[in-house]
Amino acid sequence: MNLRKLTTQAYFEGLPALVLSSLGGIIAGLILGGMKTELQAIPGLLVLVPALLAIRGNVYGSLGARISTGLHQGLIEPKISFSDHRVKAAVFASFINALFAAAIGAIFAYFLLTFLFEPVAPLGVLLSIALIAGIFSGVVLITAVISVIFTAYRNGLNPDTIVGPLVATIGDIFGLSFLLLAVRIIMGGG
Amino acid sequence: MTWSMRSITKTMLPVLAVLTSIEIAMGLVLSSFESTLFQYPSLLVLVPVIIGTAGSLGSTLSARLSTAFHLGLLEFKFSNYHLTGNILSTMALSVTIFPLIGVVTWVVSTIVFEPLLGLFQIVLITTFSGILISIFTALIALITTYSSYLLSLDPDDVVIPTVTNLCDVFGIFVLLTAIFFFI
Repeated sequence: MNLRKLTTQAYFEGLPALVLSSLGGIIAGLILGGMKTELQAIPGLLVLVPALLAIRGNVYGSLGARISTGLHQGLIEPKISFSDHRVKAAVFASFINALFAAAIGAIFAYFLLTFLFEPVAPLGVLLSIALIAGIFSGVVLITAVISVIFTAYRNGLNPDTIVGPLVATIGDIFGLSFLLLAVRIIMGGG
Repeated sequence: MTWSMRSITKTMLPVLAVLTSIEIAMGLVLSSFESTLFQYPSLLVLVPVIIGTAGSLGSTLSARLSTAFHLGLLEFKFSNYHLTGNILSTMALSVTIFPLIGVVTWVVSTIVFEPLLGLFQIVLITTFSGILISIFTALIALITTYSSYLLSLDPDDVVIPTVTNLCDVFGIFVLLTAIFFFI
């Protein structure tokens, strides 16, 4: 195989997933663009946005990679069942990790902004928003990752090539939608 | 690979704590551009797109380099097709996708928000970001793959998360630099 052929092949293999994740990103961006009022009402929220989005990719991307490796190795039966102790452990661990990281993010953002004498919403507000958004998007992403991996695997597709773009595409959209929802819940309740 | 909840949590939490701190620091830099971002909502639209696309480019390149490495096809020489070809394809993908992102972002934000920024300005911002991001992605994927080879670590575990997160962070940096120069 020569250089030209390899480059062309890598280009066309990468293009569809990249186009898809960019479109997902633009939808997520429109949600963020429409959140101006909420971002201004809760100082510190914009500081949290990159962390909250990155956490989802890290945690649920790695959940997907793990489940997919388990399937390839024959450790996990290719049917969706929460009685499988490996699936259960991986799912709960990822959920706890995501919530823990969201809480660290909120606490860190709060103290950093306080230390810099920048305006910041009360810690309880940032923490509740991060956790509520984390719970909702966790449930959706876990459901999506698990069902897509098992469906792909049973249909003879390699879940490894699907999980990354899937989490990247829907992770940001749901992450930001639920962030908006969490802000509305907290602002409505307070 | 271990499958107990405790060990999965214990392995990932320290890494997550570090990554979260880095992302919060980036968030702080991002929020220092708050007034410009609030003034032009189409720039807010670009934030998740640029971060996400930079991360995707990085994870694709590093996954491909890791696989070539595992198959014994990768050598750290410019005459190695697997190395040079994958890097060239990343650059080509970047030059294709970032101007397109600019066009689509301009179209949708003109429909949804008030049209405050011109097509040319947005495409200039995304193209400039894309070129710098692709150079950075190639360098960082190369450095981490080579280091994981030197330290005999599995590139799948180390390279992909490192490259994806560094590309995320660099994506914000470049976007803010572009906004600083072109707005």
